Amino acid sequence: MLELKKLTKTYRTGDRALHEVDLIVPNGQVMALIGPSGAGKSTLIRCINRLVEPTSGSVILDGTDITALGSTGLRKMRRKMGMIFQEYALVERLTVMENVLSGRLGYVGFWRSFLRKFPQSDVDEAFRLLDRVGLLAMADKRADELSGGQRQRVGIARALIQNPRLLLVDEPTASLDPKTSRQIMRLICELCAERDLAAVINIHDVALAQMFVERIVGLKAGELAFDGKPTEMGEDVLTRIYGEEDWQATIRKVDEEEVEAEVAAQ
Amino acid sequence: MPVSTSPDGAKIWQLRTRNQTLTRWAAYLVAVAIFMWCWQRISEATTWFFVWDAPRIAADIGGRAWPPRWSYMDNLWGPLWDTLNMATLGTLLALVMAVPIAFLAARNTTPSALFIRPVALFIIVATRSINSLIWALLLVAIVGPGVFAGLMAIALRSIGFCAKLLYEAIEEIDEKQVEAITATGASRWQVMAFGIVPQVMPAFAGISVFRWDINIRESTVLGLVGAGGIGLQLQSSLNTLAWPQVTLILIVILAAVLVGEWVSAKVRGAII
Amino acid sequence: MTTATLEARLGNGWKKPPFIPNPALRWSLFIGGLIYLVLAISSIDVNWTRVAEGLSRGWAFVTAFFNPDFVSRGGDIWDGILESIIITITSTVVGIALSVPIGLGAARNIAPLPVYLVCRAIVALSRALNEIIVAILLVAIFGFGPLAGFLTLSFATIGFMSKLLAEDIEEMSKAQAEAIRATGSSWLQWINYGVQPQVMPRLIGLSMYRLDINFRESAVLGLVGAGGIGATLNTAFDRYEFDTAAAILLIIIVTVMALEYLSGIIRAKVQ
Repeated sequence: MLELKKLTKTYRTGDRALHEVDLIVPNGQVMALIGPSGAGKSTLIRCINRLVEPTSGSVILDGTDITALGSTGLRKMRRKMGMIFQEYALVERLTVMENVLSGRLGYVGFWRSFLRKFPQSDVDEAFRLLDRVGLLAMADKRADELSGGQRQRVGIARALIQNPRLLLVDEPTASLDPKTSRQIMRLICELCAERDLAAVINIHDVALAQMFVERIVGLKAGELAFDGKPTEMGEDVLTRIYGEEDWQATIRKVDEEEVEAEVAAQ
Repeated sequence: MPVSTSPDGAKIWQLRTRNQTLTRWAAYLVAVAIFMWCWQRISEATTWFFVWDAPRIAADIGGRAWPPRWSYMDNLWGPLWDTLNMATLGTLLALVMAVPIAFLAARNTTPSALFIRPVALFIIVATRSINSLIWALLLVAIVGPGVFAGLMAIALRSIGFCAKLLYEAIEEIDEKQVEAITATGASRWQVMAFGIVPQVMPAFAGISVFRWDINIRESTVLGLVGAGGIGLQLQSSLNTLAWPQVTLILIVILAAVLVGEWVSAKVRGAII
Repeated sequence: MTTATLEARLGNGWKKPPFIPNPALRWSLFIGGLIYLVLAISSIDVNWTRVAEGLSRGWAFVTAFFNPDFVSRGGDIWDGILESIIITITSTVVGIALSVPIGLGAARNIAPLPVYLVCRAIVALSRALNEIIVAILLVAIFGFGPLAGFLTLSFATIGFMSKLLAEDIEEMSKAQAEAIRATGSSWLQWINYGVQPQVMPRLIGLSMYRLDINFRESAVLGLVGAGGIGATLNTAFDRYEFDTAAAILLIIIVTVMALEYLSGIIRAKVQ
């Protein structure tokens, strides 16, 4: 279980990115975080694994207060949190296999990782994950030879090989075309279900979020503005988070889905 | 306003205002004055009789220098080998020292921007501003004449050059890739090895080959101050006014430089 | 991507694919490199007793750096530095003035073929000849003094600037140049309005860089009698006057740093 208590981040420039955010994400829950650019979504995700150092408040994962840890303890906790990035953030000049195995860096010593002598169990797991995301044949290709969707799959495999308790996902589909976006979101949600993983997914595309996740949290100017089921999202909520705009086109898809779900239920 | 109005009320477009124009002319005037003064100083220090005589002297030297003394080539293979070694080993030695300095100097990898970075930057500037020939002069005075002094001179001069280009490459890396590796729980050194090193590898290879090419050129003349290599032969031939030998040595140096350039172009093409 | 390939892969080790895929080539390069290194290192005979003797002198030099002597040869140092600066300024100005037409001529997209070939030949010659060698020849022809140094550096500047200028012109935006040509401009107008604005900022940046290089080079020309601070430095080393040598080197370093700082400001302004 992930718990944020009064999490606050004020940048040195004086920008207040987060203000006393309280949030609980139970085990196995896939949660989407929406909000306008600059609302603090990225900061919130990065405060959880302390890529950005929170100003005050605490982050508690499975009973451990991450904000109180020293550097060794922090590294141990980071292993439990897989992170997936907007522009994939693969190390482009390394091979696909090295990128996946880099997810095990927190578990192996420096020289073993430097000489690329990862334990056999890690290697096997890397192959299994590559097979799962459909990229086994690409294992020895360099990461910059892959397409966007393929790179994001490698990014997912890298996060999962950490054997995490929680996935932190930062705009996974922002640089992908609509079809690939859906495939990637579906893959992430399937994998979370398979492994009983909790996930916090930053996402711009509200319709896409409604399609896949079980809970949506809206962030506005560093504070929680909405917390509920995708079905509870209406025009009023979107107006509250993003401001006045014609929201019909954005949420229509959800209505269709709802109708479909109702039809299926009957 | 670059638009002025003439007495009859018509507007005249000008690129610059009057003050701008005046400042420009003043700047030109000062620049020309400085140049003329410099030229006068050179002129005063020159014996113009020799200069007017130069075409005759050039023709005279040219006549004596041709044809090259090809048989002297037998004496040049050894120095040529030394020259190659000074350039290659000097470059390797420089790289070994330049890599840590570059990491200490780069803003995103330096352990302390306040204390260590300025020191690293000073080493870079100091070794870079001093020509390898001066380093050779100094090292010949310290360790005695020979290939070793030349090798060290090449190495010292190259540290700053390589480290400067390398630390600029390190500062330009994609931070997101580094962030991703950090997020896996990797240690500081692992982040270095997996996140940073792969990104600067191409730059590193390019810089090494580039500097090796330059070092081939520079090591051909280090012998002039006693630091070994083909420059030694050049010096002794010049001292004895053996112009046919000088011609041959110059041809050999030109060939070495061209071969070096060709090799480095090939290697660079293969790496990148 | 069938399970068969996964099964085949599981339990087997994994190795990073080697940089050079062909094993024969990889090993021959590796062994060749090793043999070269052994031969090269063994062919350097270091006279360790001489080095050990020299270490104390080296240390004397290092300490001299913290206690440089600007005074006892102050007159010589001042004259030398001044001459170096004079050579630097004149050769940079003349070199750049000459390298503009040659650079225009060496750009394939604006020069006719015969002009292109001649200009490229000048560039290649200037780049292939080391400054010191040119200086030796020019001293032999024109006699000792700053004139030989000035000519040497002007010649070197031409090779450096023309090549970079030509490359810059070859890479410029065709559309802008074409738009000016389409107005019916003459060749000179075309260069002035279509080409010059595109390459000017970089030309200024490169000029500053070359000024820096010329100053550093002018410090060694004196070793072969072509004027500048090099002669004073050489004398200081010959007499083991390390404190004077350190003073000269410090002046050079500070000047280079100042020039770099200045060129940074100027480059930021013209961008």
